[in-house]
Amino acid sequence: MSPLQLFIEYSVVGIAAGGVYALIALGIIVIFKASHTFNFAMGEMMMLSAYFFYAASVTFALGPWLGLGVALLSSVVVGLIIERVAIRPMLGRPFIAVVMVTFGIGAIIRGIVGLVWGPNELQIPAILARTPVMLGDIFVPGRTARAFAIAVVIVVGLILYLRYSRAGVALRAAAADAVTAYSMGIDVRRIVAFSWVIAAITGCISGVLMASVNTLTPHLGVVAMNVLAVIILGGLNSIGGVLVAGLIIGWLEAVTGMFLPTSFREITPYILTLIVLLIRPNGLFGARQVERI
Amino acid sequence: MSAAETTSLAPAAKGKIMQRIWLIVLLVALLALPQVAPGHWVYFAGLLGINIIATQGLNLMMGYAGLLSLGHAAFVGVGAYTAALLQIHLGLPFWITLPAAGIMSALVGAVFGLPSLRIRGLYLIIATLAAQFILHFIFVGWQSVTNGDVGLTVAAASIFGYPLNNEVRIYYLILVVAILATIFARNVVRSRVGRAFVAIRERDLTAQVLGVETIRYKFIAFALGSFYAGVAGALLAYFNRYVNPEQFTLLLSVFFLSAVIVGGMGSILGAILGATFMTLLPEILREGLIPLAGMIGFDLSAVMTPLREVVFGLLIVGFLLLEPRGLAQLWKRAKRKFSR
Repeated sequence: MSPLQLFIEYSVVGIAAGGVYALIALGIIVIFKASHTFNFAMGEMMMLSAYFFYAASVTFALGPWLGLGVALLSSVVVGLIIERVAIRPMLGRPFIAVVMVTFGIGAIIRGIVGLVWGPNELQIPAILARTPVMLGDIFVPGRTARAFAIAVVIVVGLILYLRYSRAGVALRAAAADAVTAYSMGIDVRRIVAFSWVIAAITGCISGVLMASVNTLTPHLGVVAMNVLAVIILGGLNSIGGVLVAGLIIGWLEAVTGMFLPTSFREITPYILTLIVLLIRPNGLFGARQVERI
Repeated sequence: MSAAETTSLAPAAKGKIMQRIWLIVLLVALLALPQVAPGHWVYFAGLLGINIIATQGLNLMMGYAGLLSLGHAAFVGVGAYTAALLQIHLGLPFWITLPAAGIMSALVGAVFGLPSLRIRGLYLIIATLAAQFILHFIFVGWQSVTNGDVGLTVAAASIFGYPLNNEVRIYYLILVVAILATIFARNVVRSRVGRAFVAIRERDLTAQVLGVETIRYKFIAFALGSFYAGVAGALLAYFNRYVNPEQFTLLLSVFFLSAVIVGGMGSILGAILGATFMTLLPEILREGLIPLAGMIGFDLSAVMTPLREVVFGLLIVGFLLLEPRGLAQLWKRAKRKFSR
């Protein structure tokens, strides 16, 4: 196989893996849009959901489908609890204070998962078929391809929902101008809670997909940090840019694995982010903000 | 007006004298500690001193200038490795390696911080997170220099050929540096620089309009905080007599973050209280849990790390929600109650 062909194959596989990251990115951006909160606990929410899935489907032997339902439901409940207990009281507080709260929540969840399930790898039931998918000459591992397909369906579905549903329009109104939205009769607090529900759902699905492509460990959530690092490059304004950022991370991981030892995968997103920030301090598409004092 | 002034001045002056007396009592107690306290107390006192220095640094950045850093542990690590390498390869004494470690950390901090100091908030947080992961990666991966996961062994620091090779001797070195670091931090925040930090924290745009060179002062805050981290790291290297990457993970950054928040952001006293609380808490937890663990019969060491994370997280969230000005504020309130 020629180097170019190899590069294309790595790229395709990487972008396929990036579908799940795009799903994570969507969860982060929805919360950011609704409340200007940057959720550092996204990775942990995702990891916790995967453990919920494990507990429901293996420990309580409910089977994969009922297990998924239980995991979704409990993830949504956790998301709502986080929003109600820790995020809502922080309304009006400085941006970095809220970031620190989400960071603290992440630490709590990481610790709880470590206490309950321990540090070892767990195997969740196979929900994705392993038969590889061939795109012409290119060989894509079965689970990665199917995870990508599921992620795309959910991302598209959510975007359509946010675009056309009443709740989605309200969310965009709140994102554009919370005060005006409030005065127009939109319950902004409910919108914020709603954004946490969406994030919990995307987190749950991406967590289960990640855990079935790889294995389930307490480190599963670390990839969300990579997503956080890269999506700020998109400027956080457009959902499209954020989704592309998710795909870029997947691509970057795969291509890094082609040229460098695999351990470099952990840091390439950060190096990319630093380089871009050095050249364009407001992100790739970010506009300079004009502010009233 | 003069009458009012004298009446209000008298208790203030009295308070100042009382404060001096208490400070002297505290200093004597700190100097006498190794003579009266058991060995492991002195060990914790030394560790505490190091944590206070690092926390003061993070507090200058975060508490005063509003620059959140998730990579403080990595900058402590840079200091530790710098001191260790200078000693191993060049045989330099601690009074050179200590400031060198600080300067090295400040320089590395500048590399990561400079691009994002131009803008606010999120980008700097991400840049410090990047610093945490990338530097840790370098500690592990640059085998030929850092010796990877195994780490480096450091010889004891020595003054005029007198080795500081046990916890009591190194304790005095740490005590002196911690006191100097605290006094310097206090002086900085009371100066023009410190007021500029606070102006930037409150609203950097307004500060800029009012003539504060925001980028310059943000850079000073970031470099100063990293310098403190580097010095703390160098002391840690001499204290443990070894350096390895396991010491400088994200968990340690969370530790310093919690120390600043728990103590009270933007308070010198708060940094001391927070570092003390956070250093002693895991030990108290462990002491409390050992009998319990013995009863149920489970392995405590396996749960300590996750348990620590839960506790750090709860403290961060709890204090930010309920007492954002931290232990320093609680202390102030308690003092007011008693002085009435």
